[in-house]
Amino acid sequence: MSVNVAEVESLLAGEPGEKLSSRVRGGRLQKETYERNFDDLHPPFTVQEAVVEADRCYFCHDAPCLEACPTGIDIPGFIRGIQTGNVEGAGRTILGANILGGSCARVCPTEILCEGACVWHGRNGKPVKIGALQRYATDWLMDRSIQPFVRASPSGKRVAVVGAGPAGLACAHHLSRLGHDVIIFEQRAKAGGLNEYGIAAYKVPHDFAQREIAYLMSLGGIEIRHGLMLGRDFDLPELLRGHDAVFLAIGLGAANRLGLPNEDLAGVEDAVAYIAALRQADDLSKLEVGEDVVVIGGGNTAIDIAIQAKRLGAVNVTIAYRRGSAEMSATSFEQELAQINGCTIRHWAAPVALHGKDGRLTGVEFATTETDPGGKLVIGEERFLLPADQLFKAIGQTLDRGAFPTTSSPLVETKIRIDSEFATSIIGVFAGGDCVSRDQDLTVVAVEDGKRAAAAIHNYLQP
Amino acid sequence: MADISCNIAGVRSPNPFWLASAPPTDKQYNVERAFKAGWGGVVWKTLGEDPPVVNVSSRYGAIGYRGQRMAGFNNIELITDRPLEINLREITEVKRNWPDRALIVSLMVPCEEASWQRILKRVEQTGADAVELNFGCPHGMSERGMGSAVGQVPEYIEMVTRWCKAHTRMPVFVKLTPNVTNILAPMRAAQLGGADGVALINTVNSITGVDLDLMAPMPMVNGKGTHGGYCGPAVKPIALGMVAEIARDTCGKLPISGIGGIETWRDAAEFIALGSGSIQVCTAAMHYGFKIVGDMISGLSHWMDAKGYATLDAFKGMATPNYVEWGELDMNFVTKARIDQDLCIKCGLCHIACEDTSHQAIAASRLEGRRYYEVIEAECVGCNLCQHVCPVEGCIAMVPVPTSAPYLTWKNHPRHPDNLATTE
Repeated sequence: MSVNVAEVESLLAGEPGEKLSSRVRGGRLQKETYERNFDDLHPPFTVQEAVVEADRCYFCHDAPCLEACPTGIDIPGFIRGIQTGNVEGAGRTILGANILGGSCARVCPTEILCEGACVWHGRNGKPVKIGALQRYATDWLMDRSIQPFVRASPSGKRVAVVGAGPAGLACAHHLSRLGHDVIIFEQRAKAGGLNEYGIAAYKVPHDFAQREIAYLMSLGGIEIRHGLMLGRDFDLPELLRGHDAVFLAIGLGAANRLGLPNEDLAGVEDAVAYIAALRQADDLSKLEVGEDVVVIGGGNTAIDIAIQAKRLGAVNVTIAYRRGSAEMSATSFEQELAQINGCTIRHWAAPVALHGKDGRLTGVEFATTETDPGGKLVIGEERFLLPADQLFKAIGQTLDRGAFPTTSSPLVETKIRIDSEFATSIIGVFAGGDCVSRDQDLTVVAVEDGKRAAAAIHNYLQP
Repeated sequence: MADISCNIAGVRSPNPFWLASAPPTDKQYNVERAFKAGWGGVVWKTLGEDPPVVNVSSRYGAIGYRGQRMAGFNNIELITDRPLEINLREITEVKRNWPDRALIVSLMVPCEEASWQRILKRVEQTGADAVELNFGCPHGMSERGMGSAVGQVPEYIEMVTRWCKAHTRMPVFVKLTPNVTNILAPMRAAQLGGADGVALINTVNSITGVDLDLMAPMPMVNGKGTHGGYCGPAVKPIALGMVAEIARDTCGKLPISGIGGIETWRDAAEFIALGSGSIQVCTAAMHYGFKIVGDMISGLSHWMDAKGYATLDAFKGMATPNYVEWGELDMNFVTKARIDQDLCIKCGLCHIACEDTSHQAIAASRLEGRRYYEVIEAECVGCNLCQHVCPVEGCIAMVPVPTSAPYLTWKNHPRHPDNLATTE
């Protein structure tokens, strides 16, 4: 699809008489196609499938999968439960270590975690489908509304949690189990964070995020107050006055910009915001999607927006990334998934200019890139242009600094710094999840943060 | 190509693969389908006296193992429930249509000489090659004084066998029940009665499971269950043990038709190596249909070619002399486990099996961050457990330690009580 810059002008003029705005529109597909495209990416196991798959597990001693799970789920242990028909035991094992085990079963990049560590790789075999088995066991419990936990006797302590994403929910749940009362302050209308607003729709269809939260909340002791944003509606000192401890799990609220002129052209969109709108859409046909879509980025968000744009009916979808396949933070499974869905991945290309006409995007100009011997990215001489009526920026998120307008801020540079006990520089204030300094930004890591932070807060609350 | 034709007690068949007396051999329709598929012979489902028995609905139970269906199989079906006349007519027709195949008729009538005499005369008229006396069924018929009720009393076996030999010119096989403490006693009784051969094992008395909702044994008939006959791959080791016992005891002189969990040519070769003349199959056919005999024939032939065995007799019973009493084993033999580190997938099963339940002879450590399992030779007694639990074929080898020590049996071992006494 790329052409030389010399040919730009004629190309950008479009077809004679064609209205550029009509190229970005909804209603590209039949109703049934939308439904099919956004239904479960991997349908759940039947009983028979689950047992057959569970039977492949060797029940390893010192199992590598267990070690690879950030939440330390006893994977061989729960799979044995599925093997023997003790699915309730299996579900309890999972949720005891990871209260959002249902989400993680669906969204974890298992190919680089548990399944990546499966010993079956050592004999050139396919790993045990641990994620699908985990989903089977957690669905089993949720479908039956079996609540595995009871709260400890009331401690009389109240903890404020800011943010109802995976880290905040996991922390709240563990604190409640330990007998503390928890109030979660959530700026959005729904709880769940990225599970509700950020994950690709086909990974968590059928309102799973809300069903899981209702299941989690059925423990009791947790209240969620919606529409309240830190830094806008309340501040940290206020929270500290009204609560015995605070846990910050505010995620990363601001999207990075390309830093190019013309970034406000119609058709230039922030991928995270678009996915949030998609996740909340009652009618997918109302979502406007372009004919030629370009995605900038190399992470899972870039993959998610590219596939979803394609599944909304975009004709050409190209993911452009400034380095190679190996450097993409999207896993190889995700990269392949994009390709299977008909998206093109263009490596070693950095956007240098956005072209437009009548205030609308018409094309993205790229420079080829390479690395110098020291590994530093270098912009090359060559230029090429991709026609584009819609561009999605998926180049990462940063913490929204508006959360801490006062001088009393736990921020260090762009993220919140914590010690090994999840404590910030402010006494009584803890933090975890994507908003803290760390390499990985996975749901499962956020859940583990919440779980461990709850233990740390519990210690802090002891007289 | 190896000659796999079979001659056992004068009964000839183009191959040693017979279908055992069971549902697959109850009718002309099934038997002719089996012959078309290539089976060398059948033992017709047991005939009795009219009026025929009545069978219940819900007749089979099974146990699966880790996703595999029918590792063990059980039935509470009785002998044929069709009129004797129809069975005899069909047997006659089948034998006429398939003269080169072995057709043996299984029989079970009350313990009276006249009953046996009567039915033998009629079977003889069909042209069948032999009869097999069903002294084995552990369910239903035994309550009526037949089946294993006869097979568990050597005197009855001898008596009925003698009657049969007296009243027919046909070769007589006695089918033995494994539901006894020593298989040699009924075998010897059959020999004394003049049997031309034995067939074993019949099914093992069993309950396949318990329905924990209805609290009843399985298979279940309207809320109740009864003990049935267990067969299928799970019983093969029991059958091999009993076949070997008889082959050794009779020095291979008594013809044996081997039965019990035979599913492949390899199973069959093992039975023949321990002394079986023909082999009989039921569960595998009931699981997969008659077509499996194709691979049994081809697999056995190719294996025999590869080994240079021109006929079945060339290797029949070859393993029997190596079946010895424990006291004749070599106490100086030492074998040690060796892990092929290139094949090891780091599952740790060898370690935990040895550590928890055996001799603490496999060390678990980390080598450059990777799990590493290593045999501690000084602690290894060569028990084979690690090799059995390892999921990777060929990863753990049991390697004999070269020794110049002589073959030493327990009787000659210094720690044998007799030898301790002499040294003191």
